[in-house]
Amino acid sequence: MIAKNKGYMGLIAGIFGSFKGGVHPPEHKEPTESKPIERMPLPSRVVIPLQQHTGAMCEPVVKVGDEVKEGQRIGQARGFISSPVHASISGVITAIANFPHPVIPAPVRSIVIESKNPPVPAVWDKTGDWSALSGKDLLGRISDAGIVGLGGAAFPTHVKLSPPKETAVDTLIINGVECEPYLTSDHRLMVERSRDVVEGVKILLKILKVRRAYIAIEKNKPDAIEIMQKHAADKSLWNGATVKVVPLRVKYPQGAEKQLVSAILRKEVPSGGLPFHVGAVVQNVGTSFAVYEAVVKGKPLIERIVTVSGDRIREPKNLLVRIGTAFADVIEYAGGIIPGERHVKVIMGGPMMGIAQYTLDLPVIKGTSGILVCNEARPRKSLPCVKCGACVEVCPMNLMPCRIADFAERDDFAQCETYHVRDCTECGACTYVCMSNRPIVHLVKYAKLGLSKAKKP
Amino acid sequence: MPDNFTVSASPHIRSRLDTGTVMRLMCISLAPAVLASVYIFGLNSLFVIVVSVVTCVLTELLCNFVFRKEITVTDGSAAVTGILFAFTLPPTTPLWMVVIGGFLAIFVAKQLFGGLGYNIFNPALAARAILLSSWPVALTTWVKPVSSFLAVDAVTSATPLGIIKGGARAGGVADSAYSYLDLFLGTIPGSLGETCKIALLLGAILLFIFKIIDWRIPFTYIATVAVLSIPLGRDPLAAVLSGGLILGAFFMATDLVTSPTTRGGKLLFGLGCGVLTSLIRSFGGFPEGVCYSILFMNCLTPLIDKYVQPRVFGTRRTWF
Repeated sequence: MIAKNKGYMGLIAGIFGSFKGGVHPPEHKEPTESKPIERMPLPSRVVIPLQQHTGAMCEPVVKVGDEVKEGQRIGQARGFISSPVHASISGVITAIANFPHPVIPAPVRSIVIESKNPPVPAVWDKTGDWSALSGKDLLGRISDAGIVGLGGAAFPTHVKLSPPKETAVDTLIINGVECEPYLTSDHRLMVERSRDVVEGVKILLKILKVRRAYIAIEKNKPDAIEIMQKHAADKSLWNGATVKVVPLRVKYPQGAEKQLVSAILRKEVPSGGLPFHVGAVVQNVGTSFAVYEAVVKGKPLIERIVTVSGDRIREPKNLLVRIGTAFADVIEYAGGIIPGERHVKVIMGGPMMGIAQYTLDLPVIKGTSGILVCNEARPRKSLPCVKCGACVEVCPMNLMPCRIADFAERDDFAQCETYHVRDCTECGACTYVCMSNRPIVHLVKYAKLGLSKAKKP
Repeated sequence: MPDNFTVSASPHIRSRLDTGTVMRLMCISLAPAVLASVYIFGLNSLFVIVVSVVTCVLTELLCNFVFRKEITVTDGSAAVTGILFAFTLPPTTPLWMVVIGGFLAIFVAKQLFGGLGYNIFNPALAARAILLSSWPVALTTWVKPVSSFLAVDAVTSATPLGIIKGGARAGGVADSAYSYLDLFLGTIPGSLGETCKIALLLGAILLFIFKIIDWRIPFTYIATVAVLSIPLGRDPLAAVLSGGLILGAFFMATDLVTSPTTRGGKLLFGLGCGVLTSLIRSFGGFPEGVCYSILFMNCLTPLIDKYVQPRVFGTRRTWF
């Protein structure tokens, strides 16, 4: 792998404060961007999947009938690339069985907790001052708290914070870009809990032993930029480390890890590589906040901020929701779905990369950044590719999505591979601009699936 | 709460631009040139355009039925082909010839290849090329602009490029005898849609605003012709404003289907068109070479797309 891969494109990205390609879909952030985060009342029942992260599934450490307290570990990590899960409410375990999951197509083994009256208040193991703790201890706390990347990918944070010894990581990038339309959870978090996010950044800097951090925020969040800039400028906070807020151009997918690194460091993460190959670790602002809560308050990851929005939701909100709360409960709390003629689409995540759901009987998981209830866009027929090249123009990975889609349609996965289908991040920019309405991302996923099947004997 | 939701792969939003919208915008962008053409060449021009569009649309509809395919005539691409095809013809082209040409454009050059998206050659130019080799006289009989646009009879005359070619054959250094302003406003003999540069540029600006065409092909095409005109002993400005270059560069070479998809490929395509046009104009049998050079580059498009690929993010450039 080639780490030094600057090239002139990197330079251009640097000059324009962005990466190459991308699209600018309507932002739709107005309904929730100025609404304070609201704590949703505790649900009476939660379903906690044992798999909410990238990596090995957890193993339950409780059995049906057990009484559990809020914050108690109920599923333990199996192996290094895994992450434990915790009871998000106090109550009794009523089932451990397979339940529908918002990300994984097949039902996933989950633990059901039903609350008991009156609810037992949780007591966190308060740590307060963490300055005496070593990086390893801090990492242990993060791993024990079940923290995963809260931007959506849900990769275990302790793994991301343990880059291989031989790599020289010198930069921490805090991702507050939130480039997906509608979503405002990171935005509100930076505005309302900036001090805590900053504390999380300090912990992350200590763990990584780096002296340089960038906080990346898209320019459509001027209030967040202002607050974070104030903190960044406060030298007394940083113990000698340089922290800079980088306002970035509003463009999708500005928050994608590789594009973010390219926009800030002007370095390209090598194909098949990770940001640490160019000396960077990227963490979401939500993750940084969770790290603060885990280390300073001793609180495991049992709740997260979810933007509930979309043109068919009655009262769009930013909600602090317990993990395992049913989508139906969350939507009901946000006023429910506005009745209408048109079909409704329920999306977990943003409209560009989120996953459409077929039921509301699903739990909020660690990676649920938003729940959108939208009018289904009038279905448009997919026509043959007219080779206009718009997808090539917008692809942030410099691929030729039209060719990949054509080959995938013919099941020619080998050709898809020569056209670098594996480098596709499925950001959806190509499909967004396609005038022939070709389901390019769908076909890319299909090709990747075909390739992974071909690899297996 | 409703319990049946729509599911599909991401992304869940699409930009507004679809094929139909693009084709309608193409029609709108061609409108100034249509009006200019009728103003300059009179009703002859209007007849040719109307017959061409009607033929193309009807042929498309016929093909849809005969091939039992979906009805694609509503996407407007046939109408665009009809206008563009008419633009390449002399105003006095017999209407039966226009009908044959329109039919060939849609049936042979487009539908036999599989319809919109699968054709290799620009349908309008392919049809013109067939007509030109079938009825060379009718297709190279140029007329002077009419005095009143209601007039139907016309006075034949040579095009500016024809005059230059004739002059070159006679051994002298030719001057086209038309001023830059004539060339720009289009009050010169020529194909009915190619002469009025200002109308064409107006339409091209619209296409740029809506990002339907990319600057790379028109820019490299025109720049190449202008630069090469110097060693070839021609006036660069006249070379750019004469013949079908502006029409070809902005509306024909940029045809989505038959031009390369990559940025590098587009530059190469424009360059190739420019070189070929200059060579044909100076050394070929015809005074004008826009049509053949674009058609030739159309053949190369798949090859260009194969070899001129963007450098994938995070990799080194590899050429072959």
